[in-house]
Amino acid sequence: MYNLIRFLQKHHFVLLFLLLEAFSIYMLANSHTYHRAAVVNITSNISGAILKVGSSVGDYLKLRRTNRMLAEQNATLQQLLSHYKEISDTAYHQFDTSVNLEFIPAKVVSNSVHLRNNYIIINKGRKHGIEEEMGIISTNGVAGIITGVSENYATALSILHKHARLSIKFAKNNQLANLAWYGPNYKYGVIEDIPTHIDVLPGDTIVTSGHSFLFPEGIMVGTITEYFSPEGSGLNHAHISFATDFNKLSWVFVVSNRMQWEIEQLKLLNNYE
Amino acid sequence: MNNYLINVLRFVLLLFLQVLILNNIRVGFFINPFVYILFVLLLPFSTPKWLLLISAFAMGLSVDWFMTTPGLHTSATVFMAFLRPTVIRIVSGPKMMVEDENNSILQKDKNWFFIYSTLLVLVHHISLFFLEAFSFNQLGHTFLRILLSVIFTEIIILLLVYFFAVGKKR
Repeated sequence: MYNLIRFLQKHHFVLLFLLLEAFSIYMLANSHTYHRAAVVNITSNISGAILKVGSSVGDYLKLRRTNRMLAEQNATLQQLLSHYKEISDTAYHQFDTSVNLEFIPAKVVSNSVHLRNNYIIINKGRKHGIEEEMGIISTNGVAGIITGVSENYATALSILHKHARLSIKFAKNNQLANLAWYGPNYKYGVIEDIPTHIDVLPGDTIVTSGHSFLFPEGIMVGTITEYFSPEGSGLNHAHISFATDFNKLSWVFVVSNRMQWEIEQLKLLNNYE
Repeated sequence: MNNYLINVLRFVLLLFLQVLILNNIRVGFFINPFVYILFVLLLPFSTPKWLLLISAFAMGLSVDWFMTTPGLHTSATVFMAFLRPTVIRIVSGPKMMVEDENNSILQKDKNWFFIYSTLLVLVHHISLFFLEAFSFNQLGHTFLRILLSVIFTEIIILLLVYFFAVGKKR
């Protein structure tokens, strides 16, 4: 016993270091899973509130741009609305899954684009109906995936994150592929695993596939800028210019799929059979 | 002023400087200065070793808390604090005097502080950026980020030390 105490006294610096480091690495290793709730839920009301003070200063400076963006969005929505009016005038009725979707507007409290793994924090939380694994879209396109929720705030992986891989498709022929981001520029991402038989041209539109239920089908992701076919590989890849300007993200919508729970139950049922 | 009070104040100010100001200045993917570690650099020589680690842990955890990166800054900062006594010994050489123990880091000369801070900033940034990437792919990116960020962190640290310490020096 005495020896043990002496040992602890003698090596307390190294032991404490190992203990603290092990704890940090444990947190780090558990922080990136978004399919399981993170062990350490770091989203909190207090840090959210402090960051909000910081962002409100920036808001004031961004008023002009925000105004313009809202006006543009208004115009787009008006256009969509007129389209729907036309449809209802005719006898044509299309089954539309989007009835089950709810869009919750939220304000970005904190956001980064210059790290390898970027996060978005928004000012809506559980109180407002936000849950883990909901998608976030900006007025222009996809932006992130909710991973942590507190009462009043929520944290999301930005699409600019190592673990935010997105299932996407080509709007012109519905071919599926995957989106990833490796930096350094927040404007451009990479589309991987494109089968070689697909014709890809710069300017092609990329939208969400709707396969993951994080995002409804057909939400804008971006447009192809460059196309590569590496020799000796069966799959090609392409560079994509994001529709969302991550650097200017200030208002977003959280997509809440009311049927998601039901679909997941069905999936579980299938697994059991 | 009380030594504890100074350090607590430094902790709060550097934390807010980092999360509210520096994190919002987006210079680019390759330049991410992390100046909050100045808190650990400036802890007095006489700080007990366990308190050194605990202080670094608290600082790292607070930054992680704001940046939603649990464990990332904590592990890098604790590692840096762990190497601080060694770096002090290396930089001071064999003629580290007993009286130094009572002095503050700020009372050392400019060259000493420059080498001391550069070494520890380097330690911190190397571990931070590798942990963040968590892979050896794109080594070029990671090295460039380390190099440029170290330079910028070091410049800001030297400016802060120069402006705030010049009055009470010696």
